[in-house]
Order: sequence, then structure tokens, then C-alpha cells
Amino acid sequence: MPPLARRNLVHDKVRLAVTLTGIVFAVVLIVVELGLFVGFTVTTSSIIDHSNVDLWVVSKGTPYIEQGAAFSERKLYQVLATPGVASAEKYIVRFTQWKTPEGAQESVQVVGFNPYHAIGGPWNVVEGRVEDLKTPDAIMLDELYKKKLGVTKVGETFELNGRRARVVGFTRGIRAFTTTPYVFTSFKNAQAYSDLSEDQTFFVLVRALPGTSIPDLQSRLEARVKDVDVLTTAKFSSMTRIYWMFTTGAGVAVLIAALLGLVVGVVVVAQTIYATTMDHIREYGTLKAMGAPDSYIYRVIIAQAGMSAVAGYVLAMIVSVFIVRASRSAGAAILLPWQMAIGLFFLTLLMCVSAAVVSINKVTSLDPAMVFRG
Amino acid sequence: MQAAISVREVTKVYVEGANQIPVLHGVDFDVEQGEVVLLMGPSGSGKTTLLSIMGCILRATSGSVKVAGREITALRERELPPIRLRSIGFIFQGFNLFPTLSAGENVELALDLKGVRGPRAKDEARRLLEQVGLSSKYDALPADLSGGQKQRVAVARALSGSPSVILADEPTAALDSHSGRNVMEIMRELAHTYGRGVVVVTHDSRVLEFGDRIVHMEDGQIVEAPSALEIPKFLPGADVTAGAPQALRG
Repeated sequence: MPPLARRNLVHDKVRLAVTLTGIVFAVVLIVVELGLFVGFTVTTSSIIDHSNVDLWVVSKGTPYIEQGAAFSERKLYQVLATPGVASAEKYIVRFTQWKTPEGAQESVQVVGFNPYHAIGGPWNVVEGRVEDLKTPDAIMLDELYKKKLGVTKVGETFELNGRRARVVGFTRGIRAFTTTPYVFTSFKNAQAYSDLSEDQTFFVLVRALPGTSIPDLQSRLEARVKDVDVLTTAKFSSMTRIYWMFTTGAGVAVLIAALLGLVVGVVVVAQTIYATTMDHIREYGTLKAMGAPDSYIYRVIIAQAGMSAVAGYVLAMIVSVFIVRASRSAGAAILLPWQMAIGLFFLTLLMCVSAAVVSINKVTSLDPAMVFRG
Repeated sequence: MQAAISVREVTKVYVEGANQIPVLHGVDFDVEQGEVVLLMGPSGSGKTTLLSIMGCILRATSGSVKVAGREITALRERELPPIRLRSIGFIFQGFNLFPTLSAGENVELALDLKGVRGPRAKDEARRLLEQVGLSSKYDALPADLSGGQKQRVAVARALSGSPSVILADEPTAALDSHSGRNVMEIMRELAHTYGRGVVVVTHDSRVLEFGDRIVHMEDGQIVEAPSALEIPKFLPGADVTAGAPQALRG
């Protein structure tokens, strides 16, 4: 087929620019909203997802990680005594107060883990070492929150829940969905920072022996340890994500904004493709008069829409990559995983082809006799 | 020999709301292969409606229409486009070329519709453009062609797939006399050399000499071929003595 679709598309440069702007606007809007959604979702459960354990033992009815309730550390020994358990560690995630050098109070979440085994510890450490957290009062936090917490460098000391805390290192990219920064420290320190009794813990993290069936181990632990829930890492992660993204409504708002982006995109693209079709309506009438089947003309219009989609998508991805990069140093992460990028390509294609439906309807009802009218 | 187009007792009534507007009243009309028929008459006489019916674009209200021997009045709507594609070439007053495609691509597009693609389509498009004297204009856009050249491209396009009938609606109306003659010479050649049936709806007195037959329409009916003296009645300014067709001079 001669390149009618492409020529029609590029013939009017201004209209092409408007079409592409509409697609880019819509796609970037969707990227930002969906990227925020993905970023929020990943952030809410990042501590769980990076724990690198098989099972979490939590107090009965714990709905998400921030809502853990303390229980006796005797349960740790019950867990350790269960066949199939390779190792188990106490773990704390708890809100507490940070005092900035200016005397202001900031909420933080203390994450207490065993630095000797590094289960549930920080990742992406860019300054200092995890082993440095073995020393008393040592803490590590993310460089994103340096300004918020008044931290400038390693070695500075602060007040955490009325106790001394010394910065020994920084991580990169460990965000907290609740905007309260994570402060990593040893389990012992965390007990003090969160006013937890020495014989209590919030969670027990469990690693299974190689070859052990996780569901079987889960059942054995549930049978042996009373008044707790035993959850796989994936399940606890999912519960936490669902709570923050849907129970609070935060995720729904972001998804609605993404949907609005899609609607805006469809409307803008439909309008411009319709206008382009109307510009060439006499030509389509000529094609019909010559005997072209409707499907032939549909192919021209859909090809135009498809080409608009591809060009718009490429431009939108270029813009999106800049936005995603800029968000790395911002409080809210916009993530664009490759699966989402591929999905968005097909969404863009679908958006543009659906937008062409209005034009197709117009052509379907076109009377070829129009070619004989002046 | 089988007529290229045969029209019998054709009527056409347009329905607009509660109103019925009769446009054709029992038209009988044949176009033989190898002849150029000029269809003339005042505005509103039904010429374009008859042309559209012969071109399978409009459906007659009653009567019989045969194109290349095939009865088309009983065909369903969706069966008409293939007939147009296979048997009829159209030439329009406003050329109706695709402005974003080159002259060659305009012809290629028509060939593509008929299933001729790739290098074969390019070769065929070049041959058709050569036939209308535009072999050097293959890559030229319509905007860069004169009116006469555009119409010749339209003729080349109409010839794609070798239709047995060429229907032209005021093909010379937008052309100067030289270009108009040029186009009509090609039409005559198509009929006389290649045996196509050519119908030209026209008001243009300059083309009279190219018609083998003139058919006059008035009030939705065919009036007998007018005599030379009668032509000025419906062709103001026509030079009958110089431009009258063979049929009228005889």
C-alpha cells in the first residue's frame, strides 16, 4: 500500500504536533501516576521485601508491618526448636521520635535487627558498613532524609527517643511511604529507642533449611507457637501494600489520576485523529467511490493512529525517563519498571486505536456519491 | 457486441423526510464499447444521478442496469464496490487526487486496491503515466502539477486495472482549452484504440468534437440526440459549426 497513512499524518505539521503533544501529555501523566503508584507500593513493603527470609512471625491479627504488636521473645526459642528452621531473628519496626539539632521533633521508624546475621538489615549502603551497627548507639539512615533530620555527615550524634544515637553510615533509595524515615540500628539499640522491654520483640524472622517446604514449615510453626500469625514474606508484603494502597485510599486516588490521564489522552487523540480524517474526508470518499472496501480505509486510519502512538510513546518515554530520574532525589519515588514501560506501549496503542473509532464511524457512514458533488 | 453499460427504464426517487423527489423517469441508455458518449443537459436534469447509478455508487429506484453484462440492480450494497473496482474507472471534475501522494503513488494506490502491489504496481503505474504523457512526473506531488497534468494523472488512475467503462464527471471544467483538449484526446483514444466505453458528463462546448454520440437529458429523461442547431439552446456560446461531433455533422 502506498504510504497514505504516513503522508496524511505528516502532511499537516501543526496537527501532527498537536496529536503528539496530546499523546505525550497523556502517557507522561499515566507514567507519573502509575509510577507513583508503583513507587508507593514498593516503598510500603520495601523492608519486608528486602528481609531475605522465608517467614514472618507476627502477633495475631497484625494487618501490616507498622502495626506490629510486641510479644515475648520466648516465642523465638519455640520457633528455633521447630524442625525445618535454619535460623530465626528478633526484629523491630517501631515509630519513635528524632530530635533535630534545632530541637524540633521528627517521627522516624526504628528498624532493629541482628547486625551479626544481617537479616532484615539495610541495603544499598553508600557510606559506612552494616557491621558498624554492632557498636552501641550506632544508627544508619537514608541520605534522602539527611536534610529532614538535620544530618550532614557520619559521626554526628542525635537524640532518638531521649537516647543518644550516632550516625555510622548512609543508605540510598530506602524510602518510607509514611514519610517517616527508617533508622536502622541493632535490635538491642532498637529496644531502647522504642521503649520495648528487654524480653520482647515485634517480629521473628525465619529462614527455612534448604529443601524444607515453606507451607509445611508455616503449618508447624502455627501449631507450635501460640497467639501469632506465621506469614510468608510475600503474603506479609502483600498485606502491607494492600493496606496502604487501598484501605487508606492513597493508591485508589493515584489510580484514578492515572485513569484520568488515559481518558484525557483518548479524548485529545480522538479529537486530532478525527480532525485529520475530516481533512481527508474527500479522499476517503474518492477511495469508496473507486470501490475500496471500508476495511481498506479503516486500515489507513488505524495505521495513522498506530504511527501516532509509536511516535508519541517514544517522545513520552524520553520525557518520562527525565521525570523518573528527577524523582530519585525527591521524597516520592516514581518508578518505571520495564514491564510497565512495555505495558504502557500497548496501552498507548490501544488508546490511539480506540480514539480512531470515532473517525472510523464517520467513514463508515460516508456516501461515496459525495465525490460528484461540487 | 455486448454494451459496456445498458440502462433500461431506470427511475430514481430521492426521499427526504416525507417528500419524494423524482429525479430520473424511465431512462433507457446504452454505452457501447469503443465509443465516447457525451451526456449533456442543464443543471438538475439528472446527469450526475444517472452517472452515479451507472457507476454503481447510487442504486436505482427501479429499472435495470447492466455493467459489462452484469445486472447490478439486484445486487446487495456490499456487492457493488467490487464491481466499481473491477469494471469502472472514475474521473472527477476536481481531479480528487491524494495530495500527499506523488502522481505515481496515486496510480499505485488504485492498483493496490485491485491487488497489484510492489514492483509490479510501480511498473504498471509508470506505464499508465506514460500512456497519458506524464512519465517524467512520477514523483511529482499534485500540488506541483498543472490542472491538465492532474487530470491526466486522474485518467491514468482510472485506467488502472483496465476497466471496461470510464465515467467522467465534467473532466474539462477546471482546465484551459489546451489541457481540456488534451484530456479529451486521451479519452477518445481509450475508446477508439482500447475499446472502452467512455461516458463524459459535461457542459463544456469545447469537447463536442470528441464525442461519438451526444445524449441530452432534461427533467430526468433522455431527449434524443440534439441537432446541431439545437445545441446552443443548452450550451451558451457553443461553436457548433466548428465543434460539433461527427455524429451531428453528418
